[in-house]
Amino acid sequence: MINPIPDKLVELLSQVSGYIYPNEIEVHWSILIVVYPYLTGLVAGAFILASLVKVFNVKELQSVYKLSLLTALAFLLIAPLPLLFHLGHPFRSYEIFLNPNFSSAMAMFGFVYAWYLMVVLLLELWFTYRRDLIVWSASEKFPMKWIHRATALFSTDISERAVNFDRKVVKAITIIGIPSAFLLHGYVGFIFGSIKANPWWSSVLMPIVFLFSAIVSGIALVITLYMIILPFRNEKIDMKCLDRMASFLFYAVIVDFSLELLDFIHRLYESEESIKILSELVMNKLFISLGIIQVLLGMLLPLGIMISIKLFRFEDELRKLLYFVSVILIQLGIFATRWNVVIGGQMFSKSFRGLTTYKMDITGLEGLLMTLLLLVLPFVILSILFKIFPPWRETAPDGGSAVAIDRG
Amino acid sequence: MMRRKFFRKATTVLVSTGLLAGMWKKARAKTPEGYDPSLHYYGMGIQIDKCIGCGSCVEACKSENNVPREPFFFRTWVERYIIRKDGEAAVQNIDERLAGSRDVINEKEIMRSFFVPKLCNQCDNPPCVQVCPVGATFMTEDGVILVDSERCIGCRYCIQACPFGARYIHPETMTADKCTFCYHRLTREMLPACVEVCPTQARIFGDVRSKASPLARFKRMNKLHVLKPSLNTEPKVSYSELDGEVR
Repeated sequence: MINPIPDKLVELLSQVSGYIYPNEIEVHWSILIVVYPYLTGLVAGAFILASLVKVFNVKELQSVYKLSLLTALAFLLIAPLPLLFHLGHPFRSYEIFLNPNFSSAMAMFGFVYAWYLMVVLLLELWFTYRRDLIVWSASEKFPMKWIHRATALFSTDISERAVNFDRKVVKAITIIGIPSAFLLHGYVGFIFGSIKANPWWSSVLMPIVFLFSAIVSGIALVITLYMIILPFRNEKIDMKCLDRMASFLFYAVIVDFSLELLDFIHRLYESEESIKILSELVMNKLFISLGIIQVLLGMLLPLGIMISIKLFRFEDELRKLLYFVSVILIQLGIFATRWNVVIGGQMFSKSFRGLTTYKMDITGLEGLLMTLLLLVLPFVILSILFKIFPPWRETAPDGGSAVAIDRG
Repeated sequence: MMRRKFFRKATTVLVSTGLLAGMWKKARAKTPEGYDPSLHYYGMGIQIDKCIGCGSCVEACKSENNVPREPFFFRTWVERYIIRKDGEAAVQNIDERLAGSRDVINEKEIMRSFFVPKLCNQCDNPPCVQVCPVGATFMTEDGVILVDSERCIGCRYCIQACPFGARYIHPETMTADKCTFCYHRLTREMLPACVEVCPTQARIFGDVRSKASPLARFKRMNKLHVLKPSLNTEPKVSYSELDGEVR
């Protein structure tokens, strides 16, 4: 069966400006490839926030530790789906494991992903929850009892020695986890940054910019979840925790902004062959998504809000509102960042003489509805994870006790 | 007992790893019996001054290689460069099917004009081969970059990595497609279709290592250039009289 692409391309023909190579009219990496780095960024960012608790002993963030880990897991489970749906032959995707080309950055995806999921996230979660699961299952009924026993892998040892061992292992995994999280998202940046044919992507800063924008989006997501979930559970938001998270977010945004500014100034100053077409791209095709959404709404405005919070000591309620507005804006800004990199990088011709347009489908595997589904799915998974591994449910601090306290 | 168990498990792991490794296969080109790829290393020369922009090469390529007729899929195409008197360059794809979408440039504004045939540059340092995650894009022993359409997963990374826009996704197979120098013809001692039909012999094909051939003569008699040399992809397609405006 012939794909219906040509009809769509005929439509696009009228929107091409200047000269593009004839095979370039189609934007080959669609909205799904925007979603992929966005999701992995959230994973890496949420994990790094969790690591602050264990490695750097930031006590104020203890209450969001499990929440961050579960968030990272929920998003990581969905992260490969946009890649899979985007493939021309999704059923051949196993080839990437069977016949990996070791010189390809993309071929490493499976290994990086498997490492991060199996060795880092699942192990850390298991050792974090192991004692809780054993204690919870002791006072529960079917089916939760069995789910918790099974997820604890039927281990029963909650002696002090065993629990201490769990703690040590968690710390060790977190220490491995931080470079792994850096690897996961830095690697995604490398996929783009290593394409020398594309001057919009080809930059040694790309993995680092990806990484810091990942940290920004991950922390912003955990703050959003924290601020939404707690009022629903009739619990009070811990302002110390919120302030501390916002503080980390503030510094991450500054680093991210500085890096992107450096990249921008560097390109402008070097003024290479591609500068004319890239300026045209930024001023025409990306003016709203880059100038307005990414920079103005997604970065400068939240930065301004956070600076004003630091300068003036607003009362708690106003601070909460301002934080909430900031994190939503930041989230929007980071999505726009991914859009501008992925879609923006394909809207100009490698002949540097013209621009094409991206027209998103509504339905279909690479359409808007699928995109929304992929963005909602991690939250569905997260709510299931919350049911099975409630991050707010506490066990008695004494290692030997089997009494569980459910505050929920 | 423990040791025996350990060895049994270790053997199982080793055997299964070996089996998995055994499944790792390099993509290979299918060639007729008697063809020895080690005796060849192909390249192409293009004499820009000889190209009259007739488009026969494009049509021959489309027919020979089942390239979709729509003007969004090309293994080879011809660009018209029009340098205006103010020094500004306008570029057009001369394909008939795109005639309606081209701007008409006033004859009096034109300083000079020329045609440039384009195709996959069959790079010696090919970024498409480097990035293909499953090794579906590969270089043959005789220097041609091919795509194994039965292995290609359609991720389009090669399309992003090609600086020359020489690749597209074939709408029927949904796999990457590109110029093969008509490899199926080469292995039967025939010329690529575009070379065969060119009425002015603007395209010269041959073995880059040969000392006495039309390609060797082309190299001897002309000052040559390749496209985008700064990217270090080492194209095996070289151009004579290449204008600085051409990218």
